[in-house]
Amino acid sequence: MSKPHPYMPNSVPEIKEKMMEEIGVKSIEELYSDVPERLRFKDTLDIPGPYTEAEVRKEVSSLLEKNSSLRCAPFLGGGVWPHYVPVVVDEIVSRSEFLTSYTPYQPEITQGMLQVIFEYQSLLCELTGMDVANASMYDWASALGEAARMSSRFTRKTNFIVPSLISPSRFLVMKSYTDTAGINVQQVDYNKATGLLDIEDLKEKMNNDTAGVYIENPSYLGFVEEQVEEIAEVAHDGKALFVVGVDPISLGLIKPPGEYGADMVIGEGQPLGNHMNFGGPLLGIFACSNETKIIRQMPGRLIGLTEAQEGGRRGFTMTLQTREQHIRREKATSNICSNQALCAVASAVYLSLLGPSGMKELSELVASRARYAMRRIGDLPGVRAPLFSSFHFKEFTVSFQDNTVDEVNQGLFDRRLQGGKSLAKEFPDLGESALYCVTEVHTKKDIDRLISSLREVLEG
Amino acid sequence: MIMRKFRQADWEEPLIFELGREERVGFAVPEIEPELSDAIDDISELVPSGMLRTKPAGLPEVSEVEVLRHFIHLSQMNYGVNSGIIYPLGSCTMKYNPIINEVLASHPKITEVHPDQDEASVQGLLEMLYKLKLNFVEVTGMDDATLQPAAGAHGEYTGILLIRAYHIDYDEQNTRTEIIIPDSAHGTNPASAMMAGYRTVEVPSKQDGGVDLDALKSVVGPQTAGLMLTNPNTLGIFDTNIHEIADIVHEEGGLMYYDGANLNAVMGICRPGDMGFDVVHSNLHKTFSTPHGGGGPGAGPVGVKELLAEYLPIPDIVETEGIYSLSWNKPKSIGKVHGYFGNVGVMLKAYTYMLSMGGAGLREASELAVLNSNYIAHKLKTVRGLSLPFGEGRPRMHEAVLSASKMDEETGVRALNVSKKLLDYGLHAPTTYFPLIVPEALMVEPTETEPVEALDEFIEAMKAISDLAYSDPEQVLNAPTNTVIGKLDEAKAAHPKTICLSWKTYCNLFL
Repeated sequence: MSKPHPYMPNSVPEIKEKMMEEIGVKSIEELYSDVPERLRFKDTLDIPGPYTEAEVRKEVSSLLEKNSSLRCAPFLGGGVWPHYVPVVVDEIVSRSEFLTSYTPYQPEITQGMLQVIFEYQSLLCELTGMDVANASMYDWASALGEAARMSSRFTRKTNFIVPSLISPSRFLVMKSYTDTAGINVQQVDYNKATGLLDIEDLKEKMNNDTAGVYIENPSYLGFVEEQVEEIAEVAHDGKALFVVGVDPISLGLIKPPGEYGADMVIGEGQPLGNHMNFGGPLLGIFACSNETKIIRQMPGRLIGLTEAQEGGRRGFTMTLQTREQHIRREKATSNICSNQALCAVASAVYLSLLGPSGMKELSELVASRARYAMRRIGDLPGVRAPLFSSFHFKEFTVSFQDNTVDEVNQGLFDRRLQGGKSLAKEFPDLGESALYCVTEVHTKKDIDRLISSLREVLEG
Repeated sequence: MIMRKFRQADWEEPLIFELGREERVGFAVPEIEPELSDAIDDISELVPSGMLRTKPAGLPEVSEVEVLRHFIHLSQMNYGVNSGIIYPLGSCTMKYNPIINEVLASHPKITEVHPDQDEASVQGLLEMLYKLKLNFVEVTGMDDATLQPAAGAHGEYTGILLIRAYHIDYDEQNTRTEIIIPDSAHGTNPASAMMAGYRTVEVPSKQDGGVDLDALKSVVGPQTAGLMLTNPNTLGIFDTNIHEIADIVHEEGGLMYYDGANLNAVMGICRPGDMGFDVVHSNLHKTFSTPHGGGGPGAGPVGVKELLAEYLPIPDIVETEGIYSLSWNKPKSIGKVHGYFGNVGVMLKAYTYMLSMGGAGLREASELAVLNSNYIAHKLKTVRGLSLPFGEGRPRMHEAVLSASKMDEETGVRALNVSKKLLDYGLHAPTTYFPLIVPEALMVEPTETEPVEALDEFIEAMKAISDLAYSDPEQVLNAPTNTVIGKLDEAKAAHPKTICLSWKTYCNLFL
């Protein structure tokens, strides 16, 4: 390139010359003398640019402008949900000192990040009722895969039981983690009226080789599993771990898994202050009880509170690193290195802002809005919402008698609304059903507009 | 040069749990509209008995201003590329993270988009992902790619799953049980191979830093599923025998995996696909300038040659006459490794960076990264107590691994102490004790975004530390003293009786 580039201070020809002279080479080419001639890439990489900042800004903005504007947030959930992100969260995660740092390998100069992650771990524990949380996994789905593997390692058994009404996407990711570890995954049936887990079927599937029993609460289809004490008992009677996947927003209202016998809690931390970003970055929650034997099997980073060698001042450091790949290599509990630290920072700020009353109010608001929407949609002719009689938190099924979900969604899309996710392929038994999600970002006006639009679409 | 009198900001910041007062809030949750609440029953009465949370979560009660200050204070007690002087953490490619990337990635037309939205409503994002994939394929010299993995290690795991799927397809999954990995490899390599169910076999490096071909031949066979390699390797040396290595592995039916952690050395110079690799991952948070975020989120796209393309994760992004869509029709796919499409927010930053650089700019970035690291290696290898082992006389690529073993022998000052003393000068430390084959290793990767002045400051600091080691070693051994805190009690942090991983445990232990 001819002109110096703003990101490369030494791209000034005189500087380059001077540096080469110091090293004792005549050209940069000499530094690449180890790269055999026949491997050389002779062309210029076919990548457009370089463009100036203003040009890049215009180019990328106009690309993004090709995405449609909706009249309100999509009525979609299922693993990523529209929630409001307080401005203070974005302010903190854009601080260069956090944003542009890496894993705090040098604890003395990165106490700030270490303390925030310790606070994140602590806040998650308070919310879920658990004792220990790690610094994050990639997302709920990979956390589930790791939880299945950890159950198997801990119990030295190889069966992992999950509900039939699980997110198919999470199920697929989990399989990517379990198939390679020789873990058999079994699915438990559900009660057709309530959606709840069929306890008899669970008992039948339990055997001496059951490593873990997993439920999602709220379930993928939005209802709250209420037989939790029973499920915990069945799991524990079979000497299996009880693993619960959560939407953390529900925990302002719903009893935390730590209070009903969960050994591990996983889930998706995205709604705690992280934007949807078309499905990532997300934040895999991973928490467990305070048993040394369990903690030592955990995947991922753990930040511990300790003190200075001299003077006794409180400080923070990565700990139990002998579980991790950079120390243990092939004997590590997981290969995870980079995780979702900045998303964990966002969630720490979010939970600090909301506090106990904020989480309770938000949880109630979300459930109330969803309840209202569900009732109003269910009142429409030819529509059933929800399919199951259990209590629903923020997601619920909507089933159409005379229309396909695709037709309805197209009609809504023409009105610049995004309807629920079609379940027709994921759960064909449920007919033409969609998974709707309503949160605090959907005002009564938004919901009423959805109802009137649905009515228009259904009336054709 | 006189070293600057660096003092890190220290607010002696309490834990968030130690701040605030009862009933304070940091964020006002909207009230439920009266018309809405009139239309439904009281929500807490609808929750099934026994499932209602009776005790509020033990979260802190702090106002907005307290929360903001708390976290700003903590941010000031941290060190980042954009706020520091130099961050030469080897293998991590801590290059400048351009601000325009952040600005564009905060556009609501990405941040507020749900992954299950109608494809017609996300054409811009699908187009960006499609083009990013093409760019990635171009840089790596592969035929196809997936953007799904959320980090480098996640990409490694995905890559190994692809190799596994290939062998399963050829009905060789029971015989091909080993992955070969050089002794200089990143720890994630063996960990990823193990996770995928493979046994790992280590091959030693030669004195020139390359893979020992005879040793390789002796371990390759019909049991070999593949070989994982980074080139340039973790010593920062380009393995000139790469083609021979690939031939040896391929002849026995194994596949070649490229760990792209070191791709920043060779963009536009040579491509993994042309070196004989079948599958490659790269870290967008290293090579393509997206911020490391204190340990993520990153992104670890995986490129493959044609022979592995049919096994790539679903969905695929395809383009037909200018319309972008998701294709789920891939019967031999390994399935999914991420709940959605991966860390799209990170990908947009990498895409933006590629436009800012262009093909020629990416090449220049590699050239300058190599120039910068050779500059440092050249100036430091003669500093008293330091040496540049392996590959005598050969140029380094994007990073150089120095050894402080002589200093250790002669003064008792170890690589660890050197790195701590660097912190006292306001410089971030290199990676230490890696690769494992170098005793007292200091792995330095300056990247192309550091001005020569910053390199000189780092070099001067290293010289000053060497002088101290030989004149007044206590000054180095006692470091750091200018950071928020001095050396930490790691034993206490990990001891079963004192381990404290949460506020809850802290309260039980100390309050």
